[in-house]
Amino acid sequence: MDAGQALRLLSQWLNDGHMQQRGTGQGHAPAADQDGSAAIDVAHLVKVYKTTRAIDDISFRIARGSITGLLGGNGAGKTTTIAMIMGLVLPTSGSVSVLGAKIPEQRYDVLGRMNFESPYVDMPMRLTVRQNLTIFGRLYAVKHLRERIDQLATDLDLKEFLDRSNGKLSAGQKTRVALAKALINAPDLLLLDEPTASLDPDTADWVRQHLETYRKTRNATILLASHNMLEVERLCDRVIIMKRGKIQDDDSPERIMARYNRDTLEEVFLDVARGRLREGAPEGTS
Amino acid sequence: MSEIVSHHQRGISLHRINAMVLRYWYLLMSSWPRLLELIYWPALQIITWGFLQNYISQTSGFFARAGGTLIGAVILWDILFRGQLGFSISFLEEMWARNLGNLMMSPLKPIEFLLSLMIMSLIRLAIGVIPMTLLALFFFGFNFYAIGLPLIAFFCNLIFTSWSVGVFASGLVLRNGLGAESIVWTLMFAVMPLACIYYPVEVLPGWLQIVAWTLPPTYVFEGMRSLLIDHVFRADLMAWALAINAILFAASFAVFLALLQSAKRNGSLLSGGE
Repeated sequence: MDAGQALRLLSQWLNDGHMQQRGTGQGHAPAADQDGSAAIDVAHLVKVYKTTRAIDDISFRIARGSITGLLGGNGAGKTTTIAMIMGLVLPTSGSVSVLGAKIPEQRYDVLGRMNFESPYVDMPMRLTVRQNLTIFGRLYAVKHLRERIDQLATDLDLKEFLDRSNGKLSAGQKTRVALAKALINAPDLLLLDEPTASLDPDTADWVRQHLETYRKTRNATILLASHNMLEVERLCDRVIIMKRGKIQDDDSPERIMARYNRDTLEEVFLDVARGRLREGAPEGTS
Repeated sequence: MSEIVSHHQRGISLHRINAMVLRYWYLLMSSWPRLLELIYWPALQIITWGFLQNYISQTSGFFARAGGTLIGAVILWDILFRGQLGFSISFLEEMWARNLGNLMMSPLKPIEFLLSLMIMSLIRLAIGVIPMTLLALFFFGFNFYAIGLPLIAFFCNLIFTSWSVGVFASGLVLRNGLGAESIVWTLMFAVMPLACIYYPVEVLPGWLQIVAWTLPPTYVFEGMRSLLIDHVFRADLMAWALAINAILFAASFAVFLALLQSAKRNGSLLSGGE
């Protein structure tokens, strides 16, 4: 290894403590992002916490420009799956690729094109909404940041409290601010964990509308974990149902409902959660 | 790449470091108790120890000759202690605000995050220590800045040590959650008796002297006494301190990265609670 190689390896390590995988043939060039490749590619993903198998050998690919819902009860593994896609949790085995980049090794190549919203994180409470959006806008190197913040404030109806501390907002207002942060860099991939929790039905519907429009106008990919079955039915082209770390079913909402002979996803969800096997349902559901 | 964001910046980005410094600056400016606290404790400390120095210098010939060693030691200790607190508190603010997940998911790299914490440690230190030195001058006639160029060597060595301890303590909190917060507040005090802030190294038992000489602050405080009492600047002591600091700094950063990886394996980045 020459000094140049050693310096490059050190620089990679300083990024995140990860060594670049060797032998990929990509060296330190930006990760491939060819048209037509999946936005998310998860293969044989396993996560074991001590003795608990939180994620048990799941695989799926998510097409660019699609909205996919991740459904499942508490402890099904939705949040762990999303966290592994983001590179915030390391898998025990298996692989994740996002926008053509291997996660976690090449995550800094694509983090600027992703964003997320989760109930497990907050925005700093003492800072105003504008200050928070300014900081995240700068972290994501957003151009014309002031105009971008104004645009998001208009789109998400934040104008009246843009200069108010985040801590003084209602739960619904905070959710909208978190969504504005998630959209600040106009991401190609948006990961949302319960995006309409704490919102009244009118605002929730309005947010869903905004997400639909956002997907259409930017051909963005959205992966959302939700307990709101109506939301998933309305928004998602595809639904992945998880239970105890495994994928129970994976198809369009219509086909899943037809397979379970149910009229709503909520009924399907209850069938899966309570282990009631319906005619035509995939093996291992009950 | 979206037309809304600039092209991905490889390597260390000053833009992202600035964003984080701005984040902590906004926080500091939004809360007068935070600002007051930065000044309050150092001011209290210098006044208390300053009067003590006045008293014992009137009764002891040695302290009359070694004018300012106690006040100088108090100020240098504050640089060490508050430098680390300034670093660690900014880190803890992220944990308290449950904002770490947002940062870790952004393009901000760990090295940029740590650099922004170091800059904030300097800013917080300046807010606390500059008024402290002015109080020392006006109340007790001790001009800290009269130390001159050696002061730069003292300061650099102490701030490097404080950052090393800060990086290490922050890594522990990152890995173990806020349950490990008390380490941030107390870790530096473990250094206090061995760093020989108020007394020379010879006071310690022989075996403890060996331990004391592994700590960079020991060299600084010995160097300060040498300067104020004997009027000799010991460059050799400063060089030793710098060498040990370089090792400490690299080790603390490596430990931080290892703890970050462990937190990712453990899944504690999104929880971060107790």
